[in-house]
Amino acid sequence: MVDSARTVASKITGTLFDKIWARHAVVQRDGGLRLLYIDLHLVHEASRPSFKALDDRKLTVRRPDRTFATPDHYVPTLGRELAIAANAYPYRDTVEALAANARATGITLFGLDDPRQGIVHVIGPELGLSQPGMVIVCGDSHTSTHGALGAFAFGVGNSEVEHALATQTLWQAKPRNMRVTLDGRLGPHVYAKDVILALIAKIGAAGGTGHVIEYAGDAVRAMSIESRLTVCNMSIEAGARAGMIAPDDTTLQYLNGRPFAPKGAQWDQAVSYWRTLPSDSDAAFDLEVSLDATELAPMVTWGTSPQDAAPISRSVPDPANEPSSERRTAMRRALDYMGLIPGTPLAGIAIDRVFIGSCTNSRIEDLRAAAKIVRGAKAIIPAAVVPGSTQVKRQAEAEGLDQIFIAAGFEWRSSGCSMCVGMNGDLVGPRQRCASTSNRNFVGRQGVDARTHLMSPAMAAAAAITGKLTDVRRMTPGGQ
Amino acid sequence: MEPFGRLDAVATPLLIANVDTDQIIPARFLARARADGFGDVLFHDLRFTRDGAARTDFALNDPKYGSPKILVAEANFGCGSSREHAVWALVDFGFRAVIAPSFGDIFRNNSYKNGLLAVSLPSARIAALQKLLRERPGVSIQIDLPAQRMFAPDGIVNDFSIDPFRKMLLIEGVEEINFTLGLRGRIAEFERAYESKFPWAAGWGNR
Ligand code: SF4
Repeated sequence: MVDSARTVASKITGTLFDKIWARHAVVQRDGGLRLLYIDLHLVHEASRPSFKALDDRKLTVRRPDRTFATPDHYVPTLGRELAIAANAYPYRDTVEALAANARATGITLFGLDDPRQGIVHVIGPELGLSQPGMVIVCGDSHTSTHGALGAFAFGVGNSEVEHALATQTLWQAKPRNMRVTLDGRLGPHVYAKDVILALIAKIGAAGGTGHVIEYAGDAVRAMSIESRLTVCNMSIEAGARAGMIAPDDTTLQYLNGRPFAPKGAQWDQAVSYWRTLPSDSDAAFDLEVSLDATELAPMVTWGTSPQDAAPISRSVPDPANEPSSERRTAMRRALDYMGLIPGTPLAGIAIDRVFIGSCTNSRIEDLRAAAKIVRGAKAIIPAAVVPGSTQVKRQAEAEGLDQIFIAAGFEWRSSGCSMCVGMNGDLVGPRQRCASTSNRNFVGRQGVDARTHLMSPAMAAAAAITGKLTDVRRMTPGGQ
Repeated sequence: MEPFGRLDAVATPLLIANVDTDQIIPARFLARARADGFGDVLFHDLRFTRDGAARTDFALNDPKYGSPKILVAEANFGCGSSREHAVWALVDFGFRAVIAPSFGDIFRNNSYKNGLLAVSLPSARIAALQKLLRERPGVSIQIDLPAQRMFAPDGIVNDFSIDPFRKMLLIEGVEEINFTLGLRGRIAEFERAYESKFPWAAGWGNR
């Protein structure tokens, strides 16, 4: 074991990721594993087994002040207070267990009735908890989201949640560095979601395995934090350990004044440190990929892996054209599950319902983009908007977005993971086709035999109005 | 955790690439307590028809494989959701090792915590093993963790790599958390240095 408490003070170079990694190494083992210090640990109610395990060992939470909890996965999104009060909600005890565990361990809880409640990956940035230079963990794979602020943030399983609660550290092998450069300008109605789907289609669902992806280039610099969060969110769908974006003025502007962001002299001190974090110009990346933003189009998925994505102008691909026999088999299986015939134009495929929500696309910018398409039109299929947090919901209401959605026949729900994951009662029915802004089109993800097409909020809004997959660039405001 | 030494057990093939943890265990079963076990719902929607009947074309339902302890799977096994229930379901079913060309990173980390060995071998070797297991269902594979070696019935021996620390914990059956708790002094020392250098990141005051 190498002593590294002193590395905290030494000069550190390399990529954004290398710098954060080096600063957080508590202990290093032969073979390269490091005991990594955790700045921020976010917890939700599906981490219940971790609290039980901690309890069984009679251990306490080492740093309750670095740990925050909110319920999101199992919360009811329809008439929440009523459902809970009436005891009718089947997962009530799971949600209540989180509150009890938070009380018992001294962790700050943003409970169901707290205005700060929301999907854990939406509220971390929103509250200013997720900051540049941090190591952030959560018992959820989409923790990669927080990398948009310049943090190294990754998802862990229940045992690692328990380990982080008890020790504020985790043993990790160092991932490799990968850089994705996005130059050029995104065209109208091409969003962060299209960027990340295009990247995953290009490199594959395992294209980033064992790597941390840093997103760079003009088009990334031009993105808002909301958009960056969407890109980093789905890094895990490319298999990457994390996604990251170097902090810049956009990051500082976003963080300044948020409730948990540093204030006064500490803010200045933090900013001068954060300015040292971006990758050195001569830093080495193990893998480089580039994408031309100008060439990207609105994307939709047609299969059961996020890599099965194509521009909306294309048709359902034909497995017969695939050179690899394994790929042919996988595609046939996916198309069979999805009920799609090769050669069918993607635009025009009939949709049964629409879900706008999830940690990928439920922030205010996403709701604004969808509302723009919906304004003055009517959804002709069941459609729901589930804001990512209670704060997003309140802000959307202040901007009148809720009225636009409601007037168009959308359900306007309370925040939570909802229909992203078939575990809380919000389900897509068997063989129903859902246009969804979430992140996973896995078999059964939204319900048994549910068929998921992933896309941006604007594309999902267009699908609600036309009842089919539609190129949002062809929509006139307020109608077909 | 049961110590992992040498394993001599029946292996079964799983011929699907990119098996995500939603397929290993669908989300609707996750609210169960750990003590109730998850073996019965392993690969639930692949193993059973919608009426609950066992699918005869799914290897885990094929009696010719008896009670397998080794799964030979395809690339990117265990990608997707971080749910450790995927590993719990495999372990509860009886599996002690999964051999595949590659794994989801979180799945691999979760597997170490539960005494499940994840072995990576080149795709061509996996394809040959799967073919062999389909042609001769019920044959065994031997995995020698201390020697980092796998012996298959076709006579081929494969070496595999594993981090030495993780290997030591698996062989001794030591849980990582118990090891780390022994380092509390080091963690405290780090915290002091770190928090004096980065005071704004020293927690949020409800300590
Ligand atoms: S919204 Fe979906 S992907 Fe995001 S944390 Fe919730 S369940 Fe996971």
